[in-house]
Amino acid sequence: MDVLYGIPIIGLIFQLIAYLIQTVPNIAPIILALATPIALGALCGIMNERSGVVNIGIEGMMLAAAFAGFVAAGFSEPYLPVFELELFNTTAPLLIGVIAAVLTAMALSLLHAWLSITIRADQIISGVIINVAALGLTGYLNRLVVTPNPRVGAGTFSSFNPPPEITDIPVIGWILDMFLDQGPIAMSVIVFVITLQILLFRSRWGLRTRAVGEHPKAAETVGIDVIRLRYRNVVIGGIFAGLAGAFLTLEATSSFQNGMTAGRGFIALAAVIFGRWTPIGALGAALLFTSAGAIGRAVSIRPPTDELVQLGQLLEGIPNEFYQALPYLITIIVLAGVVGRSVAPAAVGQPYERESKAT
Amino acid sequence: MTDAGNSDQRELEQIPAGPDAAAPQARIPPPQSKSLWGRIIQVSAVPIAAVLLAFVVGSIFILGSSLLTGRDFDPLLPWIAYSSLMFGAFGGLNPIVDTMVAAAPLILGGLAVGLGFKAGLFNIGAQGQFLMGALGAAYVGASVAELPTPIAMTAAVLAGAAVGAAYGFIPGMLKAFTGAHEVVTTIMLNFIAAAIIAYLVAGPLGAEGFAFARTGPIGNAALVDVPGTRNLHIGVLLALLTVPIVWWILARTTFGFELRTVGANPSAARYAGMRPAVVTMTTMAACGLLAGLAGVVEILGVTGFINTSYGTSVGFDSISVALLGRAHPVGILFSAILFGAMRAGAPEMQLDAGIPVEIIDVLQGIILLFLAADILVRRLFRLRVAGTGVDELQTVSRSYGEQAPR
Amino acid sequence: MTEAALAPVLEMRGITKRYPGVVANDGIDLDVRPGEIHALLGENGAGKSTLMNILYGLASPDEGQILIGGKPAAIAGPSDAIRRGISMVHQHFMLVPVLSVAENILLGEEPMANPVFVDRRAAHARIRQLGRTFGFDIDPDATVGSLSVGSQQRVEILKALYRNANILVLDEPTAVLTPQETREIFAVLRQLTREFGTSIIFISHKLYEVLEIADRITVIRRGRVVGTRQPAETNEDELANLMVGRDVSLTVDRGESSPGDVVLEVDALRVNDDRGQEAVRSVSFSVRGGEIVGIAGVAGNGQDELVGALTGLRKAAAGRFAYGGHDLTRASVRSLMDNGLAFVPGDRHRYGIILSFPIDDNLCLNDYNRPPFARGIIRDEEAVDRWADARIDEFDIRTPSREVPAGTLSGGNQQKVVVAREFSGDTRVLILDQPTRGLDVGSIEFIHRQAIAKRDAGSAILLVSAELDEVMELSDRILVMYRGQIVAERDGRAADREEIGLLMATGGRDERPAETAEVAS
Repeated sequence: MDVLYGIPIIGLIFQLIAYLIQTVPNIAPIILALATPIALGALCGIMNERSGVVNIGIEGMMLAAAFAGFVAAGFSEPYLPVFELELFNTTAPLLIGVIAAVLTAMALSLLHAWLSITIRADQIISGVIINVAALGLTGYLNRLVVTPNPRVGAGTFSSFNPPPEITDIPVIGWILDMFLDQGPIAMSVIVFVITLQILLFRSRWGLRTRAVGEHPKAAETVGIDVIRLRYRNVVIGGIFAGLAGAFLTLEATSSFQNGMTAGRGFIALAAVIFGRWTPIGALGAALLFTSAGAIGRAVSIRPPTDELVQLGQLLEGIPNEFYQALPYLITIIVLAGVVGRSVAPAAVGQPYERESKAT
Repeated sequence: MTDAGNSDQRELEQIPAGPDAAAPQARIPPPQSKSLWGRIIQVSAVPIAAVLLAFVVGSIFILGSSLLTGRDFDPLLPWIAYSSLMFGAFGGLNPIVDTMVAAAPLILGGLAVGLGFKAGLFNIGAQGQFLMGALGAAYVGASVAELPTPIAMTAAVLAGAAVGAAYGFIPGMLKAFTGAHEVVTTIMLNFIAAAIIAYLVAGPLGAEGFAFARTGPIGNAALVDVPGTRNLHIGVLLALLTVPIVWWILARTTFGFELRTVGANPSAARYAGMRPAVVTMTTMAACGLLAGLAGVVEILGVTGFINTSYGTSVGFDSISVALLGRAHPVGILFSAILFGAMRAGAPEMQLDAGIPVEIIDVLQGIILLFLAADILVRRLFRLRVAGTGVDELQTVSRSYGEQAPR
Repeated sequence: MTEAALAPVLEMRGITKRYPGVVANDGIDLDVRPGEIHALLGENGAGKSTLMNILYGLASPDEGQILIGGKPAAIAGPSDAIRRGISMVHQHFMLVPVLSVAENILLGEEPMANPVFVDRRAAHARIRQLGRTFGFDIDPDATVGSLSVGSQQRVEILKALYRNANILVLDEPTAVLTPQETREIFAVLRQLTREFGTSIIFISHKLYEVLEIADRITVIRRGRVVGTRQPAETNEDELANLMVGRDVSLTVDRGESSPGDVVLEVDALRVNDDRGQEAVRSVSFSVRGGEIVGIAGVAGNGQDELVGALTGLRKAAAGRFAYGGHDLTRASVRSLMDNGLAFVPGDRHRYGIILSFPIDDNLCLNDYNRPPFARGIIRDEEAVDRWADARIDEFDIRTPSREVPAGTLSGGNQQKVVVAREFSGDTRVLILDQPTRGLDVGSIEFIHRQAIAKRDAGSAILLVSAELDEVMELSDRILVMYRGQIVAERDGRAADREEIGLLMATGGRDERPAETAEVAS
């Protein structure tokens, strides 16, 4: 191996590969945890865009859900019976929090649906409004309700610890570890992704949804209620944005900060595009986006040494801010079509005017 | 583009056409008022109604949320809040100066977003362009701090404008050559701008001898006050002057015509011999220049330096300003003053009524909501006027699904 | 004929539909008998489609009643219509291009294997069996977007058959077909009425077609029924008179042309389509000043790409074209215009006109940046206004003022705005792409006369149209385009309609009518 590492420039690539093989299995669970809100946001985006609705407001839905989940869990704690499940350290306030987060995001989705489907307002503006309103509302209520009560909080779900017999399986053990060494929300992502993938391409609902997103008028002429299907999909999509928010304040951390979504809802949109509007593709995109940042962090904690020292020296020169900006940079590169072009559902962004009275 | 399909066909079928038909009255054009005042009322009625409604809904919100804090219920609380807000914004010469100083970056930022709207571009990146303009002005300002005031000021202003323009050019270029939609790229560039500032201010562009990472003092590059006033820096004048300039470019020049044509229908613009790609790039650079100037005005006129975690709401407020102003320069001027007044008066309100300043963001969201749902506003006030939509915005949303360069 | 003895399967009584400022249907009565092909004849905008949209539940009538099988039926939406056995083949196909043939056919009526998943096997079996019955050779797994127009229409018909339609509405089904394809569709329609007793409502504005296929013909003009005829007791002249409301000369007198020097010269031109496939394959021809050269061809045989290259909207991959010997292959749109190009685009709303702009701005859309409309970078609004008023006058554009948005005009007047802009000025090369699509007879006549006047003034005119009739009517020479190539040239006055149609369908080789013309791309 040392021979390969010694080749000028190309040797660095071998060193990088070696470092990734060393590092990635160790940080795989972290990568999936980081990817979880993005992947869930992307599922929300897919539900919307496959039915022909752009949703820029995922960021705001996530933020509002994170806040609602945190507050509902924290303030309901004193009033709830104490029970604790062994699994994931589940408590009643945490469950209440998740439900509150999901309902909040669904309510905002309903607003988005109403504005962009019924009112036929501009869909991007509708999303912007949700972002502005969510940022303002959570900031205002945070100051009013949470800041004076710094001790409020209901803790977090804990991770499942897969037994070593599973994680020690050669070659795939670390992949299993990645999906199992997680809290309940992150663990369920893979289930949601696969289910949605199958439903989208095999079920009646999926067929109709795709038709509505591509050519709503054709769908209407065969008796499909375009408006109702769009409404339903947008609101169901809200569930995923809600779970993403709940993940942030009830699973990943146990606190709420203003603007804590930090653009994840927008990166989710890029994951939708990069994943070509498929759930599995979007999960892959989310993992790619977050692995960049996670590897950057790994480099700063445990830089490549020994025979990889050359790579270590190179990476040392890269400022930390670069890794912070990396997911955003990758998103732009992906959107610029450097990694291949993708085609959106044809009717995305176009309000649909129904011609018939009712169906 | 599949928009030709249904509307097209229906229209052709419905309307008897041709020389024999009694046609044009077929489609009732929006009622057009002859007088200037009539027209002003027509375009501004819905935005004004939306603002008023937002304050009404906001007062319900203030009352409701006051219960959460465990205070005694005071039905007059909204009144106290709004009157102290008004007082803080317009109650005297100093508050008015504060309002105008707060409005100046919003005017420029609002124009940066509004100009994009006219060209069918949704510039959500005003935030990042603002930050980059601020960084350019702060660094160059510190470098020329010792030079004579007119030279130092001009150099710093131009530097900030140029950096902003360059940063705006990036998404324009990406859209023109690769088709990457500006909505997502500009958002990403906002985050990247924050990372760039964090890196540069802590490192290469930072100044020595301060307790925290920041740029050096701007000295003579600071914007001087308008002669005969106190604290009213000439950046405010610059912002006010930009309004008629942008209006003139849009309404009277061939470039403005190209810009509006591309915004209304990029395919038709190509067919007419225009180059949408060039127009898109130029427009985005101009947007970046305006947003960069907003950052310049804020740094050289108010804060004097930039630090690693410089935060501002100007970029996103600018979107609200442009939407409320219907992308028209004059509309943007008035909405910027409104939002500037709210920002300037909010601390007073927090002091007097104990309402957190964040209520401003809530009000902003509600105003936008009523603008988008303008049909509600029109029904409520029985207004017989056109909607608030910015026509060119259709191009934005419709193009979202199009990932092709043009 | 024994229809008189049979009770109608469908009756529409006193149907009235008003849109703001227009009565689209004014008390229309229509009855359709079992197994009958009933033609609905009328020009664009007469109200045929509105009437059928009402029948199909896509629009609701303001007055009137629909009876199916003698019983009043309220049709609130397409699903009601489908349930009552009504199916419709729309003029613009209602197919989802990215879905497969099978998915398109079963959409909305999916056979279910269980409550969630579609029973694909059952669906495919049914579709294959239907295809066999009618001699359609269509792969259920093919993506609809990759099929030719003719095949897509068969998918639409299969959709109706799959739903067991006993009333089938076809809206201008032959508009995009060759005469041979038309004949095939007619055979299928006859088979349907004969073997299955299906009733068919056939919408058209082509007189000879209606006379050929229909059992009865109802003519609609300006939203009213103006007469019902049997084909045997009427003729084209009477129908034309009924349809337009005055005597019309069915063909414009194009007069003799006196071609001058070659103006437009195209040499071995190759152009790719949006997907990077070669759509125009080494095309060469020339157009002289003072002549109209028509390009006939089934839609999708490279005409769009050819026009795109000649107008600068698309880059040619190889070959060249020139105006008067001056090579302009790489020229921009602007420089083509400077060299005397004028262009009436096929997709008016996409290219020709900006609906939200006032008429005066639309009338100077190409010349906004040169004198007299601009001095330097500053526009001269007065010059624009003067020009606009003169054009509105000259081309008889019906508008309340030059300042109203173009979108408020009727389709015919919108096209007149485009024509007024493109036909004014010194034109060397005039390209007309489907110049009369969707227009009424009056506007068509007007535009045809203007084109001939332009020819007589010495312009070289290239006319591209999927409507063979239009090409036949105007052209001095006809080129037939097939799979990206010019396969034949005929004299415009002596050409035989049948022969041109056959060339369009087969390219002149001895083979079955092309299953997929777009395979070429």
